[in-house]
Amino acid sequence: MTKLGSAIFSRLVIIIPYAWLLFFFLIPFFIVFRISLSTTAIAQPPYEPVFALADGLSGLLAKIGQFSFDNYVWLTEDALYLNAYLSSLWIAGVSTLITLLIGYPIAYGMAQAPRTLRPTLLMLVILPFWTSFLIRVYAWIAILKPEGLLNQFLIGIGIIDTPLIIMNTNWAIYIGIVYSYLPFMVLPLYSALEKMDNTLIEAAQDLGCPQISAFWKVTFPLSIPGIVAGCMLVFIPAVGEFVIPDLLGGSQTLMIGKTLWNEFNANRDWPVSAAVATILLLILVVPIVFFQNAQAKAEEQGR
Amino acid sequence: MNTWSRFNIVSVVLGFAFLYLPIVLLVIFSFNESKLVTVWAGFSTRWYVSLFNNQGLMDAAWVTIRVALLSATVATVLGTMAALALTRYTRFRGRLLFSGMVYAPLVMPEVITGLSLLLLFVAIGFDRGFVTVMLAHITFSMCFVTVVVQSRLLSFDRSIEEAAMDLGATPVKTFFEVTLPVIAPAVLSGWMLALTLSLDDLVIASFTSGPGATTLPMKIYSQVRLGVTPEINAACTLLIGLVAIGVLIASLMTKRREVQRQRDEQAAFAGR
Repeated sequence: MTKLGSAIFSRLVIIIPYAWLLFFFLIPFFIVFRISLSTTAIAQPPYEPVFALADGLSGLLAKIGQFSFDNYVWLTEDALYLNAYLSSLWIAGVSTLITLLIGYPIAYGMAQAPRTLRPTLLMLVILPFWTSFLIRVYAWIAILKPEGLLNQFLIGIGIIDTPLIIMNTNWAIYIGIVYSYLPFMVLPLYSALEKMDNTLIEAAQDLGCPQISAFWKVTFPLSIPGIVAGCMLVFIPAVGEFVIPDLLGGSQTLMIGKTLWNEFNANRDWPVSAAVATILLLILVVPIVFFQNAQAKAEEQGR
Repeated sequence: MNTWSRFNIVSVVLGFAFLYLPIVLLVIFSFNESKLVTVWAGFSTRWYVSLFNNQGLMDAAWVTIRVALLSATVATVLGTMAALALTRYTRFRGRLLFSGMVYAPLVMPEVITGLSLLLLFVAIGFDRGFVTVMLAHITFSMCFVTVVVQSRLLSFDRSIEEAAMDLGATPVKTFFEVTLPVIAPAVLSGWMLALTLSLDDLVIASFTSGPGATTLPMKIYSQVRLGVTPEINAACTLLIGLVAIGVLIASLMTKRREVQRQRDEQAAFAGR
């Protein structure tokens, strides 16, 4: 009885979330791919062919015959899409680099803080997570506007005479991404740096290594897993970011998440937006697999 | 050696200033008398009054709260199951695919998740509305719950579970009477994370929502596109306040548990 109960319990614990994710996470990707091979139609839903169970096998085969790669050809022919992909990768890359440069000293400082202070500091990094992403991006609009708080402040103390134009430029997007994703960078860096054995640095210094080169030769290499995890957590979602370029970047910015949104909501071209999503996913597969391997390794170590 | 150098202190302080200043400014300007968000004209709570008279925003807030409570609860159950599957039953067919499906949503751009779920609902002919937003939120937030609960399960001493089973407890009983009480704080913080992810989400909700199920972030977004208004600042401040109270209560609860646990342990030692 116990054996049977145990078997049923363990089966259920695996099968229920497994089935859920298969149905709501994996299968949708196949549907996206399938629709990316369809053609736009003025109908509900706005694409052809639409599959129905009543078609039977021959009807199904005939409809598969209607599939075309036209949407993908279209993506390569229109420079808009290529530019949007490239500029998304560029913006995400630059932002990830800035986030690392800002996040590393913060994480390092936190890891060096007195032991009693560390839980509080950790809490303070996590806390902004709990406030809405949309609100945090929105807060920057009032700061970065030409007549906004930053310009009022800078003009007030006499550093500049004319307002800086930051809003609706790529700089506003960098600031938005760095700000929103900074905790994602600091947390893995902190957990890598906090585990570090300080005696290693002392040993290096006792052996005559100056403080700065002890950092580069001992601390930095040991924190690389944290750097990788942090960069992936920032870079991958930033490539497909929609809210930040839309609210801070203005109409000129090209980012693929925004292009996809417009293609879908404004142009109502479902097959093309499905093709845009498919290519974006293909671009991100390499970093995502990289991230998962890092996660699996961390999980392995934890066991 | 382990001194907190000036450089370290400065970088931590500047970092926190950067993280908190925009939120603080937003809260301050929600009490601004003027309609212009960037010009201070004296203290006033008029925007809070007009917020509560804004029926559209209030309706959206109600939809959001219901979606968040329901989806966070289901996501916590599913996410805890997935965490158990990943840590306790390490060998089963398709485990690699399973762990892949758990970790991928953590970094998946929201536009892709939103679009793919929408196309799923259209393909199976499911009318979009309250239920579809909820299903979508369960799907992406359960993975965050899994990661939180999993990390607790990994540091868990399994010999307690084994002892319970050796003494004749069924796996179900062992889970509810031994495992769950120990991992309860992680399950609770997973639930809170799922709740805030759902309260917060704009992109996925916009794709999967239908008529009559406008969430608060969707409403805020459409108003923000028309310009920054003090009323939205007031709404944001209330949300921040709610979250701050929630986090405060949660941390007080964990602290009390911790103190209680230490006291119990001391009592146990003294009794020996």
